[in-house]
Amino acid sequence: MTTATALALAAEVRSGRRTARDVVEEALAAVAAGNGELNAFLTVLGDEARAQADAVDAEVAAGRDPGPLAGVPVALKDNLCTRGSLTTCGSKILEGWRPPYDATVVESLRAAGAVAIGKTNMDEFAMGSSTENSAFGPTRNPRHTGKVPGGSSGGSAAAVAAGFTPLGLGSDTGGSIRQPAALCGVVGMKPTYGRISRYGLVAFASSLDQIGPFATTVEDAALLFDVLAGHDPLDSTSLPSIPEPTLASVHDGAEGVRVGLCRDLIDGCAPDVVARVQEAADALAGAGAKVEEISVPEFAYGLSAYYLIAPAEASSNLARYDGVRYGLRVDGEDAAAMNTATRTAGFGPEVKRRVMLGTYALSAGYYDAYYAQAQRVRTLVMRAFDRAYESVDVLLGATAPTTAFDLGAKVDDPMAMYMNDVCTIPSNLSGHPAISVPFGTGEDGLPVGVQVMAPALGEAMLFRLARVVEEHAPQGAGS
Amino acid sequence: MNAEWEMVIGLEVHCELKTATKLFCGCRNSFGDEPNVNICPTCLGLPGSLPVLNEQAVELAMRIGEALHCEIRPSEFARKNYFYPDQAKDYQISQYDKPLNTGGWLELPDGFRVGVTRAHMEEDTGKLTHVGASGRINAALHALVDYNRSGVPLVEIVSEPDIRTVAQARAYASELRGILKATGASDGRMEEGSIRVDANVSVHPAGTSEFGTRCEIKNLNSLRSLGRAIEYEAARQIALLEAGGKVDQETRHWDESAGRTESMRSKEEANDYRYFPEPDLVPLAPDAAWRERVRVGMGPMPSDRRAQLAAALGGAPTDAEADQIRAVVDLGLDGLVTAVAEAGLPASLALARAANEVAAQSEAGLGLSAPTFVALLAMESGGQLSATQSKAVLAALLERGGGDPAAVAKEMGFEALGADTLSAVVDDVIAAHPGEWDRFVEGEDKLMGMFTGEVMKATSGKANGKEVAAELRRRRG
Repeated sequence: MTTATALALAAEVRSGRRTARDVVEEALAAVAAGNGELNAFLTVLGDEARAQADAVDAEVAAGRDPGPLAGVPVALKDNLCTRGSLTTCGSKILEGWRPPYDATVVESLRAAGAVAIGKTNMDEFAMGSSTENSAFGPTRNPRHTGKVPGGSSGGSAAAVAAGFTPLGLGSDTGGSIRQPAALCGVVGMKPTYGRISRYGLVAFASSLDQIGPFATTVEDAALLFDVLAGHDPLDSTSLPSIPEPTLASVHDGAEGVRVGLCRDLIDGCAPDVVARVQEAADALAGAGAKVEEISVPEFAYGLSAYYLIAPAEASSNLARYDGVRYGLRVDGEDAAAMNTATRTAGFGPEVKRRVMLGTYALSAGYYDAYYAQAQRVRTLVMRAFDRAYESVDVLLGATAPTTAFDLGAKVDDPMAMYMNDVCTIPSNLSGHPAISVPFGTGEDGLPVGVQVMAPALGEAMLFRLARVVEEHAPQGAGS
Repeated sequence: MNAEWEMVIGLEVHCELKTATKLFCGCRNSFGDEPNVNICPTCLGLPGSLPVLNEQAVELAMRIGEALHCEIRPSEFARKNYFYPDQAKDYQISQYDKPLNTGGWLELPDGFRVGVTRAHMEEDTGKLTHVGASGRINAALHALVDYNRSGVPLVEIVSEPDIRTVAQARAYASELRGILKATGASDGRMEEGSIRVDANVSVHPAGTSEFGTRCEIKNLNSLRSLGRAIEYEAARQIALLEAGGKVDQETRHWDESAGRTESMRSKEEANDYRYFPEPDLVPLAPDAAWRERVRVGMGPMPSDRRAQLAAALGGAPTDAEADQIRAVVDLGLDGLVTAVAEAGLPASLALARAANEVAAQSEAGLGLSAPTFVALLAMESGGQLSATQSKAVLAALLERGGGDPAAVAKEMGFEALGADTLSAVVDDVIAAHPGEWDRFVEGEDKLMGMFTGEVMKATSGKANGKEVAAELRRRRG
């Protein structure tokens, strides 16, 4: 298992002490040895990764700096478009599809010298919290292979937790980076909506989706975030660039920072999870933060609003998988029959459930009661955040209500599965940044994640506080 | 039209905007290319692609709003969801409850104002070609899709149901086409589909105010089919109602060759489009400065140009002149006429030449420059060319795409006839028709035409008609 951080690896490669090719070969060997059991990667980009590593080494040999992620292997969630390479979104309906273009984040990674070594497993179209909704079999949790890794970005979380790669990319629509990060014992972060381009991210729910980093340390997560953040003219919802890197202030500490320990992000959680969050709050207080308890009761409505807005957008975003232009086609006697046959065969049950839900929520006669009402609740949640941030600088809570659960335990109970996202959804509704940091273990010895939330564009503050939490995390399993 | 019934017509006009690139991507907006050459991930709706709004399209849409006296407002894009193979994303990005332009009007040449409900932006679909025995939708074996048109910017202009006659409907469509060309938004080519008209038609007993149930007619590719389709549809509805039946609200397809409308889908079969705000785009709210730049940058509209021509004529135009003015403005030939008027030459003569001879060739893409036209009209009005000669020279100039009118006239043998020659010819003609001449002298004026004709014949059309008439009158005393 690789223990080197991305920062350390990049420093070695940039200085010529180690070749990118060597780093990448080691990662590919780790994947070859361990992926059979975990099923973290759906596609390994061996030849492409080696060629990219050689290009990085050539830069170094020529005396040029290949960039801040020189030679660092990265795992990409399989909903990020990679030119010429399979991009399945964990769905049969996209089996065999090779995008003719790279996502903006993929280009940014390459420009920074990073090497994508494969595409990782995920719940189909990012719909799920356990990676069991993949059409290509579940991913297993590297901390305990009988457990789920969380989801939907379970493959990337597992790849980083297993030491296959020091960095991974996921997408977070309702917690799909933070929850698997918590369950696998790694750092996972969702940026402010619009800070990282969505161009080339296959959409689930466009107004909620945001790409973000997985890493083994907060520093590495900040480093990767800094590489990816910035304005992209190809994404109309992308925000203007902020030149200051977050990495520069990651060690600035918690002195004087007002931390709101949020009851509504703890109360429904398992006692061992609550205990870890309380310890993290105590650690922050010990580091000079002003910790106070705070309640944001509107968070309770987030889950319901989310499960209307996200399926509504998904029902529209997933309409294009109709068998006409790409991916699976099952013939029918006319175009409509072909559409139906293709979608019936190509989508799994959870995708069908959400497309139905979303279609219903947008239908004439139901729109106001469901979709429009959910949007009003979303506004309510945003205002609640604004009110909370009048008295505190960041919020602290749990990431997931429990540690990793058994494979198969919740597959037949969608509501129980949806409850996994209760703590993470508010940040997606508001578009604010949030991060999950490993903090000790539960009674079962599995990792617990502590979540820090910050106001819009508060990434620098978020990483600072996360770093303090990380510093005080109990040593042992999960680290 | 049965006098006991009144038609109520509202028109929906789709106008393809003449932008360099498509509405949400950088692909070329071009008609008639090989299939599927102007495509990219965005206009193909590939997974992960995103739309970025074309500023030039917004600018043209704002010009249309300005020209139609609309309020230009903060607006939003929405998704209109429906499955169809020509729809790359299986939803269309359109404006729904927050359109860019609302509440305007269009004034017909006769002064009648038709309300404009809205003029909103949306993207076009791809183009389906059904391949099979008959080429008809239902009998096709398979279909081919060309996505070159997918994502081409459109503005949909929706009128109020203010139109009451076929003539008004045609005048509205024609005037709107002129406005769309004048704004630079459209090339105005209905036959290429760059302007497409749908008509909502209902009938109700004349003198009552409650509207009947309407039908929407699609596939109207010319002003002629627009008129025919409305006539047919109103007659169909009247016949239904007079027979004690009722009109079902439905969408009907105009079959140009059969000359009738046919049911496409009923209201019950209509799609629920599940509109919701497009999350991939931000709201579009042109600020005051942008609106002002657009307003100031617009050229004169057809109504302004018609007024300018009428003023050049120097008096209220006759009905015939009003028709000529409309034709000349519609074809964009008004510059020729104003140039002649500015040169101090007779505008009415220029208007007639432009509306007839030049207009006839302009359909074929032939034209000539204003200075050439002015030089020709100077020769005709100065008596160096007869009307017949002038028309012949004009035809030659149009054919050649320009030239020197004097040189062309000389080349065609149209030398001005000297006064002595004319006098001699008139002598010969009088000598050859002594009886007719006596009757003419005694006051039988209609013989003027006969004598003029004979002189023209004798000079092979080189004589100037006015001068011949003057000479004949002088001789009569």
